[in-house]
Amino acid sequence: MSESDTKLVLPRGADTGVGQARVSVGEILLEFLIIGATSFGGVVPYLRGSLVTKRQWIDDKEFVEMLSISQSLPGLNATNMAILVGEKLRGALGSVAAIIGVCLPGAVIMYVVGIFYRSHGDHVWVTSALKGVAAAAVGMVLSTVVGLSKKSLAGKFDFVFMVLTVIAVNRLHQSVPRTLVVVGLLAILFHRPGKEQKESVGP
Amino acid sequence: MNQIPALVRAFAYLSLLTIGGGMAAFPEMKILTVEVHKWLTFPQLIHLYSVGQMAPGPNMMMIVPIGEWAGGVLGAIVVVLAFFGPTAVLTFIVGRLWNRLEKWPWRRSIQQGLAPVSIGLLLAGCFTMAKGAIFGLETATIAVVVLLLLLNYKINPALLILVGAVIGVLSLTP
Repeated sequence: MSESDTKLVLPRGADTGVGQARVSVGEILLEFLIIGATSFGGVVPYLRGSLVTKRQWIDDKEFVEMLSISQSLPGLNATNMAILVGEKLRGALGSVAAIIGVCLPGAVIMYVVGIFYRSHGDHVWVTSALKGVAAAAVGMVLSTVVGLSKKSLAGKFDFVFMVLTVIAVNRLHQSVPRTLVVVGLLAILFHRPGKEQKESVGP
Repeated sequence: MNQIPALVRAFAYLSLLTIGGGMAAFPEMKILTVEVHKWLTFPQLIHLYSVGQMAPGPNMMMIVPIGEWAGGVLGAIVVVLAFFGPTAVLTFIVGRLWNRLEKWPWRRSIQQGLAPVSIGLLLAGCFTMAKGAIFGLETATIAVVVLLLLLNYKINPALLILVGAVIGVLSLTP
């Protein structure tokens, strides 16, 4: 907490001229509450529309950079982005306001849904609807997997690491932490510094 | 029996597994919440996860009902704090260090190495869920059609899941 206290740390593409005016914690909370209450079907596009386009609190380059940090750390993209954007705008207090804002509406909705589900979950129409919903959700997660694979798998070895992970968890019933340590370490060593020029020739 | 300490332990642990997305934690979530602690059944877990995809905000708010069932209002609050707290702190710290890490050559290696593993974890979660959600031709068709639609058209996924509910009522009601 020494020198970094007074300045806004996080990614800064030189002086962008964006988000220079000090944003209040209240504004952060309100904006993230709006995102938290309206972001149906995935938070990231809504974050971009709100923070980059509408409010111009961060620019597109910062957004992409923050998203790449969010994706390589544990935690959901939505909450990790809230932490990073809040931090950039208003430090720790900004992070707290942003994550509360983005979580609260969905949490309240699911609280109510949970109570309803417990009392009516065995109604025949509800169970049929839920079967359809669950099947659709499987398709949705698969589409996320395909989308991410197209974007971030580089070469056949990445594909091997992905398959190894699936086998370790689903077939060998290894715990996720153990899989992460073993397969993750292998993959990181494979992508060790200085090696990438040779490997990234392919698509 | 007081479930609060168990809820905190389980969800703080699951929190750290969500690399790449909430689905990455699904296999362990099934083991902990269904098999170990018996807070809910496997079909209930699948239902909550799927319905949770229709709610706005972070897509793992389905943890709230699990907390509520096991420990009331306090359980619901505790679960949210346990599930989002540890990763929030970690992200906050790494975010602050990020400028310094930029020159660290291994940073890129870690990002590139974790990408295939995190996708594998999502896929593993998806398979675990499919075992409980796909049975018979109707459900398989729904999943495949949703997959193809999302890959080829820009449609809001929450809307498709809602359509899944309608199709479920129409085709699966005995």
